[in-house]
Amino acid sequence: MVGIKDVFKSYNQKKVIDGVSLEIEKGTITSFIGPNGAGKSTLISMISRLITKDDGEISIDGRDIMKSKNNDLAKKVSILKQSNQINMKLTIRELVSFGRFPYSQGRLKNEDWEKVDEAIDYMELRDMQHKYLDELSGGQRQRAHIAMVIAQDTEYILLDEPLNNLDMRHSVQIMKTLRRLVDELGKTILIVIHDINFASCYSDHIVALKDGKIVKHGRTCDVIDKCVLKEIYDMDIDIKHIDNKRICVYF
Amino acid sequence: MGYRKKTVILAALAVTFAGLYVFYDLSGNIGYILPRRVIKVVAIILTGGAIAFSTTIFMTITNNRILTPSVLGLDSLYLLTQTVIIFVFGSRSLIMMSSNLNYLVSIGIMILFSLLLYRLLFRGEKNNIYFLLLIGMIVGTFFESFTSFMQVLIDPNEFMVAQDRMFASINNVNTDLVYLSIILVIFVTLYFLRYYKYLDVLALGKDIAVNLGVPYNYVVKRLLVIVAILTAIATALIGPITFLGLLVVNIAHEFLKTFKHFYLIIGSILISIIALLGGQFIAERVFSFQTPISVIINFIGGIYFIYLLLKENKSW
Repeated sequence: MVGIKDVFKSYNQKKVIDGVSLEIEKGTITSFIGPNGAGKSTLISMISRLITKDDGEISIDGRDIMKSKNNDLAKKVSILKQSNQINMKLTIRELVSFGRFPYSQGRLKNEDWEKVDEAIDYMELRDMQHKYLDELSGGQRQRAHIAMVIAQDTEYILLDEPLNNLDMRHSVQIMKTLRRLVDELGKTILIVIHDINFASCYSDHIVALKDGKIVKHGRTCDVIDKCVLKEIYDMDIDIKHIDNKRICVYF
Repeated sequence: MGYRKKTVILAALAVTFAGLYVFYDLSGNIGYILPRRVIKVVAIILTGGAIAFSTTIFMTITNNRILTPSVLGLDSLYLLTQTVIIFVFGSRSLIMMSSNLNYLVSIGIMILFSLLLYRLLFRGEKNNIYFLLLIGMIVGTFFESFTSFMQVLIDPNEFMVAQDRMFASINNVNTDLVYLSIILVIFVTLYFLRYYKYLDVLALGKDIAVNLGVPYNYVVKRLLVIVAILTAIATALIGPITFLGLLVVNIAHEFLKTFKHFYLIIGSILISIIALLGGQFIAERVFSFQTPISVIINFIGGIYFIYLLLKENKSW
C-alpha cells in the first residue's frame, strides 16, 4: 500500500502540490489524470523519491520512503519518467540488464539474465534486442525502458506518461502489458496519463488532480463522470457506454 | 573489433611510445639522461592519466560530453591557490619552501571548492548545461584574472617563485612532486573502486540512477572530490592543458563504443598518455622544442570543441 499524507511541494513559492493525502491499494492500476500543471508528475516523482517533498509523509507498505535504504527501495518501487535521454552507446538488452542493478550491483548472475530475457519477451523486443538505442524509434525506445522497469521486478511500478510518442497499437500493447502485470503478477501500478479514454479502459482507480489538489479519487466508474470531468477540465465531455466501457467524447 | 581488443592495442601503443621516449637516441651520459627521462615519462603518464580519469568521471556524473573540470576552471583554481599562498605567506614561508606541504594545502582547497561546485551543480532540480558552461567559463576567467592581478601586486622576487610554480610545463616537469603524486593517485584509485560500480548507472542520468537505488547525492559528492584531487595532481605536475581531457574522453567514447566505464576509463587514460607522449616526442624531435605540445593539443582540442558544440546543438 502506498500512503501519502498531507504532502506539500512548491517551486519558487508556487504551490505545486497542496496538501495531498491519498491511499493506493495493492494490486491495482491507478491512473493520475488532470490538466497540465496539475502536479501529477511531481506527485509521482515524490513517491519514487526523485524529488524531495517539502512537508508531509509518504510511505510504502508502512515504511517511510525517506527512512528506507536506497537499494532496498529500488527493489520495491521503480519509476519511469517521460524523457529519458541517454547519451551512451547502449543496446536494448544492455539497457534492460541495468534493471537488475539493485540485485546484482552490476555483476549479473544467471537468474538475473533470466529476468532480463523475460522482460524482453514481455515487451516483445526479442528480435531487436541487440539494436542500439539511438537507432530506435521513440516508441521502441519507450518499450525498451519499460522492459528495464519490468526487469527491475518491483512490486510497485510508477510510470510518468508512458504513452507519449507511441502510436495506438503500441499504446494499447503497453496498457495491456500493464494490465497483465497487475492481473498475473500482482504488481501495483501508478500511472500518469493524459488520454482519459486509456485511463477509463484500463485502470481500476483514478485520481483526478487540479492545481495541486485532489479533485476526486475513486473507482474508475465514479471518476469518469460528466460532472467530475467538467470540474477537472472545464469542458463538457460526453460519456458513451460502449461494450461496458465508458468512452469520453471530447472532440 | 571489440572494445577489449581495442584497449589492448591502445595499451601496446602507449608502451611503445613510452619506450621510444625513454630509449630513443640514448647516448652520452646514460646515468644522467636515463633517470631524468624516466621521471619525465612517469610525470607525463600520471598527468595524462589523471586528466583522462577525472574527465571521464566528470562527464559521466554531469551527463554531458562538453564540460570538463578544466573548462569549469578547476585547474585555474589550482594556480590561483598557489598565488594566494605566496601572496599571503610569502615565498620564503615553510608552506612555500616545502613543495609537498604546499601541494597538500592546495589539494585541500581544491576539495573545498569541489564541494561548493557540488552545491552549484547538483542541488538544483533541473540543470541547464549551457548555463553551467557559461558559469564555468566566467569562473575560469575570473580565477585567471585574479591570479594575474595578485601577481602584479606582489614583490618581483616573490613573483619569480610564483611563476616557477605555475608555469610548470611538459618541458619543465615539477619532478619533486612525482613521488607524492604516485601515492595520491594510488589512494584516490583505491577510494574510487568503492564507487566504481555506480558509474555505468550514473551515465543513464539522475532519474534512472535514483530509480535503480544509487545513493545519488552521496556518490556524486565523493566522485567530485576525486575529480578535484586528480585535477590538482595533473595541474601541479605539468600545468593546465585545457582541451586534453575533452579530446581524449570523447575519442575514447567514439573509438571504444561501449558504455562500460572500466574500458572507457582505461581507454581514455591510454589515449591521453599516447597523445602526450607521442606529441611530446614529435615536439622534441621533429619541431626541436619550437612548438610546445600544449599549443598543439589546445589547437586540435579547440577545433574539436567547436565541432561538438555544433553537433550537440543540432541534436537538441
